[in-house]
Amino acid sequence: MVPLNWYLMLSTVVFMIGVFGFLTRKNIIIMFISVELMLNAVNISLVSFSHFLQDLRGHILVFFIITVAAAEAAIGLALIIALFRNKTTAHVDEMTEMKG
Amino acid sequence: MEHITNNLGYPILSTLIFLPIAGAVLLLFIRRSNGTLIKWISFIVSVITFILSMPLFTHFDKSTYTMQFVEKHAWIPSWNVMYYVGLDGISVLFVLLSTLVTILCVLISWEAIREKTKEFYISILIMEGAMIGVFCALDFMLFYLFWEAMLIPMYLLIGVWGGPKRIYAAVKFFLFTLVGSVLMLVGIVVLYFYAGKTFNILELMSMTYPYTMQVWLFWAFFAAFAVKVPMFPVHTWLPDAHTEAPTAGSVILAAVLIKMGAYGFLRFSLPLFPEASKAMTPAMLVLSVVAIVYGAVICLMQTDLKRLIAYSSVSHMGFVTLGIFTLNTQGVEGGILQMINHGIVTGALFLSIGIIYERTHTRKIADYGGVATVMPVYAAAFMVFTLASIGLPATNGFIGEFLIILGGFAARQWAGVLAATGIIIGAGYMLWLYQRVFFMEVNPKVAELSDINGREFLALIPMIILIFWIGVYPTPFLGFMHETVSHLLERVNTGSGMEIEMAKQIIESIK
Amino acid sequence: MNYYLLIPFLPLTAFLINILFGKKYVQERAHWVSILAVAGSWIVAVFTLLKVLKGETVNEDLYTWVLSGTFEVSVGFLIDQLTTVMLIVVTTCSTLIHIYSVGYMHGDKGYYRFFAYLSLFTFCMLMLVMANNFLQLYFGWEGVGLCSYFLIGYYFNKKSASDAGKKAFIVNRFGDFGFGLGIIVIFLTFGTIYYEPVFTQIGGVAAQTISFLGYEVNLATLIALLLFCGAIGKSAQMPLHVWLPDAMEGPTPVSALIHAATMVTAGVFLLARCSPIFSLSEPAMVVAALIGAITSIFAATIALVQNDIKRIIAYSTLSQLGYMFLACGVGAYTAGIFHLYTHAFFKALLFLCAGSVMHAMAGELDLQKMGGLKKYMPVTYATMFIASLSISGVPGLAGFFSKDEILWLAYAGPSPVGKFVWAIGTIVAFLTAFYSFRLIFLTFHGEFRGTQKQEHHLHESPKSMTVPLMLLTIGAVASGWVGIPNLLGEVIGIEHSNWFSGFMNPVLGHPEAHGTHAEEWMLMGISVLAGLGGIGLAAVFYLGRRSIPVLLAQKFGFIYRILWNKYYVDELYSHTIVRPTLWISQNILMGITDAKIIELIVNGVPRAIGGVSQHLRKVQTGLLQHYAAIMATGALIIGAWILLR
Repeated sequence: MVPLNWYLMLSTVVFMIGVFGFLTRKNIIIMFISVELMLNAVNISLVSFSHFLQDLRGHILVFFIITVAAAEAAIGLALIIALFRNKTTAHVDEMTEMKG
Repeated sequence: MEHITNNLGYPILSTLIFLPIAGAVLLLFIRRSNGTLIKWISFIVSVITFILSMPLFTHFDKSTYTMQFVEKHAWIPSWNVMYYVGLDGISVLFVLLSTLVTILCVLISWEAIREKTKEFYISILIMEGAMIGVFCALDFMLFYLFWEAMLIPMYLLIGVWGGPKRIYAAVKFFLFTLVGSVLMLVGIVVLYFYAGKTFNILELMSMTYPYTMQVWLFWAFFAAFAVKVPMFPVHTWLPDAHTEAPTAGSVILAAVLIKMGAYGFLRFSLPLFPEASKAMTPAMLVLSVVAIVYGAVICLMQTDLKRLIAYSSVSHMGFVTLGIFTLNTQGVEGGILQMINHGIVTGALFLSIGIIYERTHTRKIADYGGVATVMPVYAAAFMVFTLASIGLPATNGFIGEFLIILGGFAARQWAGVLAATGIIIGAGYMLWLYQRVFFMEVNPKVAELSDINGREFLALIPMIILIFWIGVYPTPFLGFMHETVSHLLERVNTGSGMEIEMAKQIIESIK
Repeated sequence: MNYYLLIPFLPLTAFLINILFGKKYVQERAHWVSILAVAGSWIVAVFTLLKVLKGETVNEDLYTWVLSGTFEVSVGFLIDQLTTVMLIVVTTCSTLIHIYSVGYMHGDKGYYRFFAYLSLFTFCMLMLVMANNFLQLYFGWEGVGLCSYFLIGYYFNKKSASDAGKKAFIVNRFGDFGFGLGIIVIFLTFGTIYYEPVFTQIGGVAAQTISFLGYEVNLATLIALLLFCGAIGKSAQMPLHVWLPDAMEGPTPVSALIHAATMVTAGVFLLARCSPIFSLSEPAMVVAALIGAITSIFAATIALVQNDIKRIIAYSTLSQLGYMFLACGVGAYTAGIFHLYTHAFFKALLFLCAGSVMHAMAGELDLQKMGGLKKYMPVTYATMFIASLSISGVPGLAGFFSKDEILWLAYAGPSPVGKFVWAIGTIVAFLTAFYSFRLIFLTFHGEFRGTQKQEHHLHESPKSMTVPLMLLTIGAVASGWVGIPNLLGEVIGIEHSNWFSGFMNPVLGHPEAHGTHAEEWMLMGISVLAGLGGIGLAAVFYLGRRSIPVLLAQKFGFIYRILWNKYYVDELYSHTIVRPTLWISQNILMGITDAKIIELIVNGVPRAIGGVSQHLRKVQTGLLQHYAAIMATGALIIGAWILLR
């Protein structure tokens, strides 16, 4: 039996990789993938808690997240394509339309 | 909850408030190309409103201070908001003034407004309804609603039909008044909760509030009213607004809108916060006297007709606030009468300036000269207004100013003396203005002007009649006030003794 | 309705008719309306006089004018001896001058307007003298000031005329400032502003002091001096005299009616009316006497060198008004009013004669361009000569009796400054005679010094002008006969010859005089000598050797320039009051307070908010990862706070 802490540590590591990737990488696709990593890190902790507590509601929530993540991936990618068509680049530093 | 108490048997105040608004709605359905019909409809609506307001003059019971023509209906029961209107001796004359002035505004704009006529008259009529509403409202929520509702048509009048710098003037006007009003709103909310969730003004007036709270609320309400009056030093919006506004806008502004501030002091500040008002009297008197002298001196060097009259309004409204804060009968009655007088006289002056502006399209004093030679009837009318403005006996201005100076002198000698200097300077700037515009050699720029026509004459004649009527026989007008004012002063001057004692201690400790 | 109401309201009706219908309907017939009305007033005034002679005085209210709290005042009428004298003076002069104006203003564009104003003036003046309370007095007071403004600026296309009108009004406002405050102090002291209760109660409170703007002052003195402010404004005494010479811009009948006979004497009337108050305050009396004396000598010296025919007479008016103030100041109210009454006739006559001369000279005013008019206009010459004799105090004429009474009462009265003002008065009598005859000699004698064209135009004025002149001459000669000093009366065999003094006794009391008959004779002699001496000197200078005055002017150039420039008072006011006020208005109030301080705050607040947001917006870099980093940090901090608290 693998202890709960191990799962949580894995989840934390994956989440931090996601955060780190989102903050440092400049390619918008990579950043998007980093976001997916963070989502999945949360999924890992949810599933492990669910198993640890013997409560299925955690699993149910994970399925919801996967569904939402799928939808989000679809819309997100569509937005990225639209952006790429306008800007001909996927470099995030060049997208400063909201600069004050 | 629903009841109407008046001896007329019909809800006269609601009629007066909503008839002009209904007229405005009717105008919505008129095609905009049909300008003549639009003008006639607004004229007829305003005349009917005026005629319907006449019973206020004839049926007002002068022997009581209680509210009359009262209507009371539940409006938003969950917040205890009511539709509650009524009039007493302070407010009744202002309703009459509003209904009269609106007619004159419609008349004077007949030819002057050629663009967006429909929207213009809609604004004027909505304005009238809101103005009457402000003077009638006895529920704070209702009052605040009308108070702010007035801003919008006025903002549009200045911003759409105004002069070249109209946007600046309109925004300035709006921001100034709004900032003040918002502070008042905070004050209203505080009162609402303190008094156990009621907006009923009469109920609120019957309570006593702790001294410190009174002082805070006094200043919160002061912010709203002082801007409207306008008192020194928050007067600078007025010259800009007056100069840029179209004639009708200036007239409404001068005749009714800026009276709301002084009306607010009388209706709310004094009875709600009697101890605070008493304690703040010196500050208010100083501000008033400064406004009188400051406004008058600054008038001397104005080169723009409307700007000059605007600054003279600052001076004259200084008299009004001085009168109100003397807290004695002569001062307060003089103050109320002077509000009416100022409405009539300054309104008439703006009407007159509008008449000539329509012909010359210049407001610069230097562009005039010798107008009395080419427009004698107009010059005579303007002379009457000038004389009323400088307070010549037998015109209305004299009665008001004399009573105010009398009250001011009785309250604080220096206030009376300094206020009286305003009359000297007043004669100076008004007669100098008159000389530069009407006397001396005929300026070639005005040599071809035609004298006023019947419509314009019709707009001026009621003002002339009122000026002499009030000047020679003011009893019918002063009569409205006696009971209400004495009741008001009773409330202010016999506040709970303990709190006065406390106020003195606070003043001592500050010293 | 009471009969006496007709006195003021007939002219008011005439005014309304003329001003409302004058232009379209009445037009050239305007004088009929006004003259009939004023003549009607005159008849009723005479009727009133007869009633008052029988001892019937009136003190009635018409209706409540202003009522506010305890302040209550009516439009009311008081007709006593003092009022009656004023009624007679005003209506008589007014009627004659109305008639004179028919000829003088003939063909003027604003004919109806002129008569409307004259009638309005008469109405206001009558309301002034008939008032039974101070506020109505104030109404008439400002009303006559207004008419004066209208009539001085009658030729309003001329800048100088409209300037003069404005100046008159504003200078008067300075006086009325004090007057108004005086009324207020009276109300706050007595709780009423009706004459009768105030005058009966004043004795009880006269000794009290009152704190006025931090100073403890005697109540009677305070009230008297405040009222006196109004009087010096309206009667053009120092230091508010500057408007009267300029007021000569108005048509000459106006100068005669308003600025000689009636309106300017309102100040004297006020002093006499308020004599119960003034008598209780010695400081106020001394001030009145000194101001009167100073003004009279001040104006007389200026008149010596002026060349404008109307201005000389205007300064003469100032000087004579000073006499009346002097009289009131030494307690001789009756003498003051007596002089007011005689002065009205001979001064109106002088002005009307000057008008007649101007009429002949096509508006020319400069004495130096006249001369030898005697043969062209005999009636004008004769009447003006008599008027000048009268003002110079030649025995037997009106001016002699009133002037003599003033000087005698000043000398013999109880006033502490009596002797001093008597001395000044006597000098002024000499100066008056001198400049009056300088005017006569330069105008009517010698050779004509104007242009050829003017000489052709010279003619005697029409009947409508000369008849009033002749009628006024009767007044200038005979009006004094009702007040012959008892001393003289005994000589010519009339007992109680100073009938006027007796008539006024119920209102103004009897002036004190302590002196022997010998002294009185001596004083009379001195003043007659002064008058005759002045005439003689003028004759030497201007009939005989005309080089003397020129030489004197050169030798005493400094003094001459000061007199010619009227002691530079106008310039003084311009530099100390008018210009600084305008400068403050322009540069401090408009330039700094309004434009800089207030607008800086008003526009500064939004600008400051804008400025802050200018900096704040830079936080919005637009870089997604900056936002994410800040968000992550925030999440971290919140997480840490939750875990570690």
